[in-house]
Amino acid sequence: MSSTSVLGGVVRRREDPALIQGGGRYTDDVKLAGTAHVAFVRSPFAHADVLSVDTSAAEAMDGVLAVYTAADVEHLGSLVAQVPVGALRPLLNNGTVKHVGEAVAMVVAEDPYVARDAADAVDVDYDALAAVVDLKHSLSDEMLVHEDMESNTLISWTGPFGADADALAAVKAGIDEQKSRDDVVVVSQEMINQRLIPVPIEPRSVMADYQVGYGRFDVYSSTQIPSALAGAIGKYFGMALNQVTVKAMEVGGGFGCKLNVYNDEVLVAFASKQLGCPVKWTETRREAANSTIQGRGWIATATMTGTTDGEILGFELDGIADMGAYSQNFTVAIPFLGVFVGSGQYSFPTHWKMDCVTTHTMTTDAYRGAGRPEAAYYLERVLDMYARKIGVDPAEVRRKNYISASEFPGAVSPMGFPMDTGDYETNLDAALESAGWSGLLAERDAARAEGRHVGVGIATYVEVCGFGPSGLVDLGFSWAEYQMPSAFNGSSLVRVHPDGSATVSIGTGPSGQGHQTTWAQIVGDGLGMDVDRIRVIHGDTEEAPPSIGTFGSRSAAVDGSACYEATQKVQAKAARIAAHLLEASEDDIEFADGGAHVAGTDSSVGWDEIAKAAYQPHVLPEGMEGGLEAHAIFSPGNATWPFGTHIAMVEVDADTGDVRLLRYIGMDDCGNVISPMIVDGQIHGGIAQGVGQAMFEDAVYDMDGNLLSASLVDYILPTAVDLPSFELGRTVTPTDINPLGVKGIGEAGTIGAAQTVVNAVVDALESLGVTHIDMPLRPQRVWQAIQDAQA
Amino acid sequence: MKVSMSVNGRQVSGEAEPRTLLVHFLRENLGLTGTHVGCESSYCGACTISLDGQAVLSCTMLAAQADGADITTVEGLARNGELHPVQEGFWERHGLQCGFCTPGMIMSAVTLLEENDNPSEEEIRRGIEGNLCRCTGYHNIVRAIEYAGAKMRGEEPAPAEWENA
Repeated sequence: MSSTSVLGGVVRRREDPALIQGGGRYTDDVKLAGTAHVAFVRSPFAHADVLSVDTSAAEAMDGVLAVYTAADVEHLGSLVAQVPVGALRPLLNNGTVKHVGEAVAMVVAEDPYVARDAADAVDVDYDALAAVVDLKHSLSDEMLVHEDMESNTLISWTGPFGADADALAAVKAGIDEQKSRDDVVVVSQEMINQRLIPVPIEPRSVMADYQVGYGRFDVYSSTQIPSALAGAIGKYFGMALNQVTVKAMEVGGGFGCKLNVYNDEVLVAFASKQLGCPVKWTETRREAANSTIQGRGWIATATMTGTTDGEILGFELDGIADMGAYSQNFTVAIPFLGVFVGSGQYSFPTHWKMDCVTTHTMTTDAYRGAGRPEAAYYLERVLDMYARKIGVDPAEVRRKNYISASEFPGAVSPMGFPMDTGDYETNLDAALESAGWSGLLAERDAARAEGRHVGVGIATYVEVCGFGPSGLVDLGFSWAEYQMPSAFNGSSLVRVHPDGSATVSIGTGPSGQGHQTTWAQIVGDGLGMDVDRIRVIHGDTEEAPPSIGTFGSRSAAVDGSACYEATQKVQAKAARIAAHLLEASEDDIEFADGGAHVAGTDSSVGWDEIAKAAYQPHVLPEGMEGGLEAHAIFSPGNATWPFGTHIAMVEVDADTGDVRLLRYIGMDDCGNVISPMIVDGQIHGGIAQGVGQAMFEDAVYDMDGNLLSASLVDYILPTAVDLPSFELGRTVTPTDINPLGVKGIGEAGTIGAAQTVVNAVVDALESLGVTHIDMPLRPQRVWQAIQDAQA
Repeated sequence: MKVSMSVNGRQVSGEAEPRTLLVHFLRENLGLTGTHVGCESSYCGACTISLDGQAVLSCTMLAAQADGADITTVEGLARNGELHPVQEGFWERHGLQCGFCTPGMIMSAVTLLEENDNPSEEEIRRGIEGNLCRCTGYHNIVRAIEYAGAKMRGEEPAPAEWENA
């Protein structure tokens, strides 16, 4: 395997030697002398008045250092939300609790076992109230989730973006007008895109170390957003940013659920400051289910209107999205991300409306894909139903309605967004060829002739990611209270040390994406330096310039571009130094093989010599400042718009409802690829989470607001036996909005997968009259759908 | 109470409460933080260790129950600076992303290959069914274990998929 750094080549991951030998340092692995441990007292009720909190028995226990209730922390205020719509989460709630798992009190003890014992000894008296859980019930406003609010509906997102009520009505009227045509069919289906629990295998963990006398904080957290957490700690404790260091060391998966500032992070810091010792808390798996954000949770009716020969005349979506009890980071903004891709990669008129309602359940927020998998699911499911109704190959119906490649650059989606680059038909063709589409259909038909229920499903998607322009703050996306004036820049610092090694510091907060490798590849490629000579520092607000972190498939496109631009600046200065040392023209200097070369000659100088000179101003060109480092901030002009085509083949046992995934083909286009190995790995994991939603995962609340699937016994994740090996390919349509031409790949697999599987299962059951089954397609539900269709 | 055991070839002993979980004893008393706690309910497999030659879940076993046992954790796999073939396979075939499930996954894979060094893909998938990974979709974990199996049989592993691309 190649060990050299070639952009687009393969480098073994530099993070792996530690992780495969048990040396990986995750937050819960941090040990500081005198660390105290936290356990929370949490509400067992979804909606209840807290009548009293008696902490005396807990406080009397050996080893208990403190028990805090709401009165102790009220002065700090509540959490804040980027889009400040809806109720904000109190740090501790001793008034009226709003979901099961809401924090009521915090115990700090010398030992984690004692902390849990003491939490059990805190006596809370509740008066349980009726809960609002069902989305339609919430929308009706028959009962309010927050008594001080006028409505449970927090906001309604509509598309096309920017259209006023009259313009929206005109789009709707235009689609409605077509419905009465003789050659037009209308297909409509209400579908549930169920709530999901993100379930990174590492539970969240935070440890705060307030340094008495120094008056500063070191906070270790399993977070995707170290800079925002530092800003939040600064806000709550009235400290300047230079007095707070957040370190996100190894983070064991995030998928969006570590993209939040949580009340527990603030509370652990509070306890550390109060007690003058390091304080740690690591959530249990049950807390991860009840008190860490969840995702999805939509019910909507999708309607497709089109001609009998496959020309689509309009798509409509009308539904309700579950925000949970409190708005946290992006909560109400998640369905807005659906607006961006509401019309997919298609050119037909689209009318889109989602009402965001509050319920007595845990907050929803960004889970891998965040609004885009939901939007793509509805569009691609109803498009498939329409294709089936008119009897046209579903791949060809898609092709017929794409925005054409010739419309780029300059294409604007029917939802009103300018898109960077796209070539959807080439991607579709590549997928069909890779899967052997006609052969696959023939294989399916042959299996059916034997009486087997085999199905083939296809779905295509466009996603929007790589946020994004710093001007998003003008749309209301601002985390100013957490001292992030513009949350969406990328930022990177590249420094060459006097020995010719280099360090890149960057504001990302990865959780498995291989940044230690990718950033070193970018710097190594620009400087002609071996990746082994380049250290990457991320997830550390003391060492790295501020950036918002790692989410929304943004790191390569935004921070990676900043890394590239900082490298270019260093390269430019190094070229001047090398030209001076080699007595050559700066224009002839090229970087490769560990140093600078004069093109067309054998004259060269190594990085050790260039670096040594850089730190000796007297040998530098006249007037040149010493040192060799550069900082770059990158603010892209647009988001990026990756796309792809996924195809699945399934077999259903009609007697039991059991679904088996036989083949899965992904053809994704994320622009240029820095590491094919890492990009494919992201797609594998993304597909697995999409398949997980399609077939297994379901966060189920009962009508009293109890989360019935709060353990991994009841919340079913795909295992190795549930998935096949994936067959991946790619097309490459570089973006023109960043210097690397990369678009982002973290979420694509998840955005493409769920509807692909459901389309395949419905195809398998076509002969039995099944037209739709709501996810997850577990055996009982599939079996019931067959029975209902046969009845 | 005092518990003694052999961990990674070293005889160790320490004080533990009767209720102390083995995983906490390993992590807190012995400082072996490579073994992870993922679910505390024996469903995720992140805490898998080798105990008397069997892959067991250290989050649902008491330290007291391991008294006298012979334990290997992920820290004990590499010998004399040389990675175990399974560790090498995970590195060479991108069998990990965030790395949190990896120690448990590797310990299960080691046990699997000790029992059968030439497993089919289906046998590999069944062998690691008790270990959840949320990052990789298991695709490259299967490739990593295939790589390790080949190495343990003294064969040349199949090229990586990206080498064929």
